Amino acid sequence: MKIVVCIKQVPDTKGGVKFNPDGTLDRAAMLTIMNPDDKAGLEAALRLKEQHGAEVTVITMGLPKADEVLREAMAMGADKGILVTDRVLGGADTWATSTTLAGAIRNLEYDLIITGRQAIDGDTAQVGPQIAEHLGLPVISYAQDIKVDGDSVIVQRQYEDRYHELKAKMPCLITALSELNEPRYMTPGGIFDAYDKEVTVWGRADLKDVDDSDLGLKGSPTKIAKASDKVRKGAGEKVVLDTDEAVAYLMGKFKEKHVI
Amino acid sequence: MALEEFKGVFVFAQQVDNVLDGVAFELLGKGKELANDLNTEVTAVLLGAGVGSLADQLAEYGADRVIVVDDPELKEYRTEPYAHALASVLNEYKPEIVLVGATAIGRDLGPTVSARLKTGLTADCTVLEIGDFPLNVAPGQTQLHNQLLMTRPAFGGNTIATIACPDHRPQMATVRPGVMQKIAPIAGAKANVVEFNPGFTPDNRYVEILNVVKAVKNTANIMDAKILVSGGRGVGSKENFKLLEDLAEVLGGTVSCSRAVVENGWQPVDLQVGQTGKTVRPQIYFAIGISGAIQHVAGMEESDLIVAINKDEDAPIFDVADYGLVGDLNKIVPALTAALKAELGK
Repeated sequence: MKIVVCIKQVPDTKGGVKFNPDGTLDRAAMLTIMNPDDKAGLEAALRLKEQHGAEVTVITMGLPKADEVLREAMAMGADKGILVTDRVLGGADTWATSTTLAGAIRNLEYDLIITGRQAIDGDTAQVGPQIAEHLGLPVISYAQDIKVDGDSVIVQRQYEDRYHELKAKMPCLITALSELNEPRYMTPGGIFDAYDKEVTVWGRADLKDVDDSDLGLKGSPTKIAKASDKVRKGAGEKVVLDTDEAVAYLMGKFKEKHVI
Repeated sequence: MALEEFKGVFVFAQQVDNVLDGVAFELLGKGKELANDLNTEVTAVLLGAGVGSLADQLAEYGADRVIVVDDPELKEYRTEPYAHALASVLNEYKPEIVLVGATAIGRDLGPTVSARLKTGLTADCTVLEIGDFPLNVAPGQTQLHNQLLMTRPAFGGNTIATIACPDHRPQMATVRPGVMQKIAPIAGAKANVVEFNPGFTPDNRYVEILNVVKAVKNTANIMDAKILVSGGRGVGSKENFKLLEDLAEVLGGTVSCSRAVVENGWQPVDLQVGQTGKTVRPQIYFAIGISGAIQHVAGMEESDLIVAINKDEDAPIFDVADYGLVGDLNKIVPALTAALKAELGK
């Protein structure tokens, strides 16, 4: 079986966000990590590899620096890494990103494509389903469990109040939730090997069946009108009182506001 | 077809088990506003099997027209027949704006349909308005009017971006549930129903549903609550949530929680407020033992009145609270419950 896993290098928004003195995000000071949902997707692929035998290829689109995240994936056990990088791909929205990744994946043989549900920097959850659309594949989003059964996958697809157990013939695309599993750590031997393995670097010319007009900033239907740091509502009153006074204070406020 | 020939605001009216989701009404409320600004109408698109009887409800919440695709293939949500149905409706009627709830269904259906129509989609919007793009015109640049400006949080709620889709139609957005306001229902409104069926031919993209497993529902929907008593890590234990339940009970409210509480297994995930949980806007939100990480604040800051109780004077929750009490929740919460009980004569 051949599995392609799409991964993304993202700023770590959970571990503490750093701001510049002018209040903008200091991205240079923020650590980068493998996007958590993608890491769960990779872990799922590696487990399928252990159970059924598979070749796992990780692919990412990004700056040359994104090579790091491919090395990490290979240190965890992925067999091959592909970095899609080119100036003309910069500024892509989800349409242009999914077009690019689909153009790269067309060069590969695959039974299964796994992406994370969403990346923690954009939180859109759009790229996975859109890759499936470009490639004409069945898509199962929000996977909380993945099994392979012969030429099919059986997946638990999560919704707010239920899950569906779905069966799809391969090839197909699955988007993975972080809850799917607990990703393994890199092993020292794996880290050593990862830097011996070769990362294939592809540019614009390597994308198959893709028009220039669908790539990068120019090929993105959505455009940013403005971006700013979130303006938050100002703080109200803060009081340090002993318990009885605190309760009396709050009861007074509730009466004033006609809450009670 | 010229972009300006696309007309009307369309709303995906999500239903599950033939019950309309609240987000459908919220989208109609916002869709109506946008339609008024554009001097056009709002249309609900209702997909399912045996769903025709839901159309009048959509009219009550503001739909000028309801397009119904009724087919056995649409009984349960599956990406392919739903994407085919919605894309076919949009190709036939060519609206300028399409709104979809940012639910576990909408966040799968939206991207698939937008890719199929080759148009843009902005995810998880919290503000939608009609305006000009670009906002400021450079010399030699043309400013487009009557564009949908879609505002959304990014970077885990740390930044906000406003997005336009100037050169493609329809302009599509998924919208966070709980953010837009529904209108007061117009009792007795009758829908102008249009039936449409594009025909369904199952292929490899129609996945098979082996099982539908519903979670046991023993929790209230925190998005509908008028008063939320929300606890964080500072509550200390599952058992100690009793203090919050007592306060909620005397006020007729509901208990909710932060992500840390769910991760500790003290409360189920459907009670989680925040970026990865639910967006809530109750009349009163009590943040008890919640530090106020940005991801949490993103889900509750639109509440009418925010009361924070925390022993850490520097907790960021105090930056968004209307009333902040620095102190021990184990003393303040029961005392407050008792005082409210006495006041309300319970």
